[in-house]
Amino acid sequence: MRDDTLSGGFANPSVDAAHAFRAALSALSRPGHMETLAGAHAPAPVSPAAAALLLTLCDAETPIYLAPSHDTPAIRDWIAFHTGAPITPPETAHFALGRWPDLPGLEDFPTGTADYPDRSTTIIVELDRLTAEGARLTGPGIETEAHLSLPAIAPFRANRALFPLGLDFYFTCGASLAGLPRSTNVEDA
Amino acid sequence: MSDYNFAYLDEQTKRMIRRALLKAVAVPGYQVPFASREMPMPYGWGTGGVQVTAACLTPDDTLKVIDQGADDTTNAVSIRKFFEKTAQVATTEQTRAASVIQTRHRIPEEPLTADQILVYQVPIPEPLRFLEPRETETRRMHALEEYGLMHVKLYEDIARHGHIATSYAYPVKVEGRYVMDPSPIPKFDNPKLETAALQLFGAGREQRIYAIPPHTRVVSLDFEDHPFEASKADHPCDLCGARHTYLDEVITDDAGGRMFVCSDTDYCAQRRAEGHRGRLSPQEDAA
Repeated sequence: MRDDTLSGGFANPSVDAAHAFRAALSALSRPGHMETLAGAHAPAPVSPAAAALLLTLCDAETPIYLAPSHDTPAIRDWIAFHTGAPITPPETAHFALGRWPDLPGLEDFPTGTADYPDRSTTIIVELDRLTAEGARLTGPGIETEAHLSLPAIAPFRANRALFPLGLDFYFTCGASLAGLPRSTNVEDA
Repeated sequence: MSDYNFAYLDEQTKRMIRRALLKAVAVPGYQVPFASREMPMPYGWGTGGVQVTAACLTPDDTLKVIDQGADDTTNAVSIRKFFEKTAQVATTEQTRAASVIQTRHRIPEEPLTADQILVYQVPIPEPLRFLEPRETETRRMHALEEYGLMHVKLYEDIARHGHIATSYAYPVKVEGRYVMDPSPIPKFDNPKLETAALQLFGAGREQRIYAIPPHTRVVSLDFEDHPFEASKADHPCDLCGARHTYLDEVITDDAGGRMFVCSDTDYCAQRRAEGHRGRLSPQEDAA
């Protein structure tokens, strides 16, 4: 077992998770709004923000899909020790983690059912750059319009077209976090 | 050192509620099932709201709890004390000073800001429940966006009373998709559902969580020839003189005497502190 398997958890789990959840809640209810999320460290290349999200939201009840970029023994061990979440293929994933180019097509993930649109995957996308500029966002949580440096436009427009079904996204870069729920309209800036 | 985990609930439960809250935010107005826990208070006393608040609180928060607008009623006082004891959070009675507000059946008069979260206690989350008792059917109706029955109900109000007589728990359509029960707030409060604050709804007994993100379109159902009207008692407040607030009617004797007072106690007290006076609150009690 490696040294970094057991370390990197929250120092004060219940309070740190509460702060992290509030950042995650704020990010998803205000698409394009930047939050800072720190206090957790997983083996590279997992960003601190993504590590904090995993610790806050994942446990034995939430199967996680790891894209090839993040599917390493060190990360699997870290997730198993800190959250107990099983690793799973995309079609049964509650959460997914990976770099954008390494994620499979979004159609591989469950988008919920008409009766239960909540039975869908939340995807944590690791980006090299995350800023409040780029694609134009409108919809719930946005007063007029917001902007976010999305890695693409078309997949998120297709996702919006499925509403109320669809996938929800978190974008992470270092300690920065932004959210994009399925309800957001995405356009070229 | 408290004998409770922070904010009472165990971490596994909080993660489950937090995941449900995020789904609720992503699909505004949709009722997300969650595994509601037994709380140390009876169903009907806000167990859903308490669980949502517990999942959201951080030690930095300032909590306000209101029951029908009042900070000083049994339900509000006991929930406030519950979180003082289990989460050691600061509490307040001032709407402006609060970061999290748990409410039973009112929206504060003071406009809410982007830094605030409003948590509603919900008794029956399903707006179609009294029209269709089967959960399997109402779920299907939401899936198919089949809301004709709700319009029939409002129409029957008009046929019987000449106007839409529904005065609380007035159904709304959220972002043009889901019809939602705003909990039994007076319909006077419906226009305030469009706000800069995040609104979360928790129904403990019925095990449902739903949400309205900030700046989401919330439309009260109505007809072109019978438009929605946010009504209230046609009186000024007898304590602060306000004509624009929602009023409670208080019976003062057994000879027909009555008074009307703001249901939002903090707002009314603030107005009186600013020197506003009503019929039963003459100038001389200004200290």
